[in-house]
Amino acid sequence: MKWDFASILDNSDALLVGAAGTVHIFAICLVLGLTLGLVVGLGRYARTPWFHWPATAFVEFFRNTPVLVQILWFYFALPILLPFEISPLAAAALGISLNSAAFSAEIYRGGIQSIEPGQWDGARSLGMSWGEAMRRIILPQALKRMTPALTNRAIEIFKMSTLASAVAYVELLQQGKLIASLNYNPIEAYTAVALIFFVFLWPMVQFTYLLERRLRRSE
Amino acid sequence: MTLLKVTDLAKTFGPNPVLRGIDLDVEAGERIAILGASGSGKSTLLRCLNFMEMPDSGTVTLDDRVVGRNEKELVKVRQRIGMVFQQFNLFPHMTAIGNVMEGLRTVRRFSKADAHARAEKELARVGLADKAETYPAHLSGGQKQRVAIARALAMDPELLLFDEPTSALDPELVGEVLNVIRALAEEGRTMLLVTHELGFAYHVATRVIFLADGTIHEQGTPDEVLKHPKKERTQVFLARHKEFSL
Repeated sequence: MKWDFASILDNSDALLVGAAGTVHIFAICLVLGLTLGLVVGLGRYARTPWFHWPATAFVEFFRNTPVLVQILWFYFALPILLPFEISPLAAAALGISLNSAAFSAEIYRGGIQSIEPGQWDGARSLGMSWGEAMRRIILPQALKRMTPALTNRAIEIFKMSTLASAVAYVELLQQGKLIASLNYNPIEAYTAVALIFFVFLWPMVQFTYLLERRLRRSE
Repeated sequence: MTLLKVTDLAKTFGPNPVLRGIDLDVEAGERIAILGASGSGKSTLLRCLNFMEMPDSGTVTLDDRVVGRNEKELVKVRQRIGMVFQQFNLFPHMTAIGNVMEGLRTVRRFSKADAHARAEKELARVGLADKAETYPAHLSGGQKQRVAIARALAMDPELLLFDEPTSALDPELVGEVLNVIRALAEEGRTMLLVTHELGFAYHVATRVIFLADGTIHEQGTPDEVLKHPKKERTQVFLARHKEFSL
């Protein structure tokens, strides 16, 4: 058995396109997932029922169903129910973002809850509203504590992007599958895909270590 | 002039009644020391006055207006009543001056320059002008509490609430905080002070209230309550406090 990476290099254009697709969907899901997660997390923390219960239902639903099923559902089932087409990117981004929102919502809620009640007292005693106290006093401190968990989430989202290949969205794994089927070289193709992911993720993980250390020092 | 009027205030935590019908008038310029054993409801009373704790029943009247229960109004009320806590509750992610500026910026909508100038003045008043850029983590307990007092003062409160401001401090740091509070008293500020510092209450307060079982058990001038208490429970409380004094 001989490894033949020449067939991979011949298809480096396709992998490059795939990498661009991966980064593209990652960026969308990161922003959507973490911002929507913050809104849902605030809802989970809030005591007003009209905010709390929908947020809780959202978290429970998306945490307890597989992302892959959600992506397939958005792609194949939603267009039957609603009168519009949905692109592979939209279906995959929706599934991954909503799932990430559900998980990060719990990170936000935990982070906010970890702030001492005295901080609320201090803020409210100055006449701050709930929103002002949250924005100026509670969230800045909570975000700092949540950073390690949130960067972990980001790494998860990056890897989850491969699920988009299930609806033929052009990303790294999808391109790897394509190369493997055209050149009959699954060993090289999937090894290359794995290596490319490693090259992306390893510096990201190192960066999170650095961030954690710096945050710990400033405590 | 009556600044604050409390009528039949009651508060229950779970099955435990903490306040049972408190009536209290606070005149402008009065300095009221609130004493009582732990669990007597001192802190809860204070926290009900600016609605950090919601009273179950009774009314709080500020400037002849009954203060309602909607959050918008309460936010306004808290802007007029400053509070200083036992645990300081400084914002750890802001410098000393940042802490003092925060209410001015976020609540009062001061410009950055105006808030900074005002905060500098307040820090100087509590003797911490040189600590403006220091984070709370690098301040001593006494310094933290003085920053917290400056933070409350910056809002120009009509009434100041002190909730055991020196109870979390090492003994040698108590003096610097009490000195600041005494200076405020000498300016004629209206204040309510929950404290265990009987000597301070005696010298600084204009009225002393002794709470027991969630009611005002005895009240009067410092001399009446602290030197010549009429009721037995007040006498027992004071005797216990004086047991180990020199």
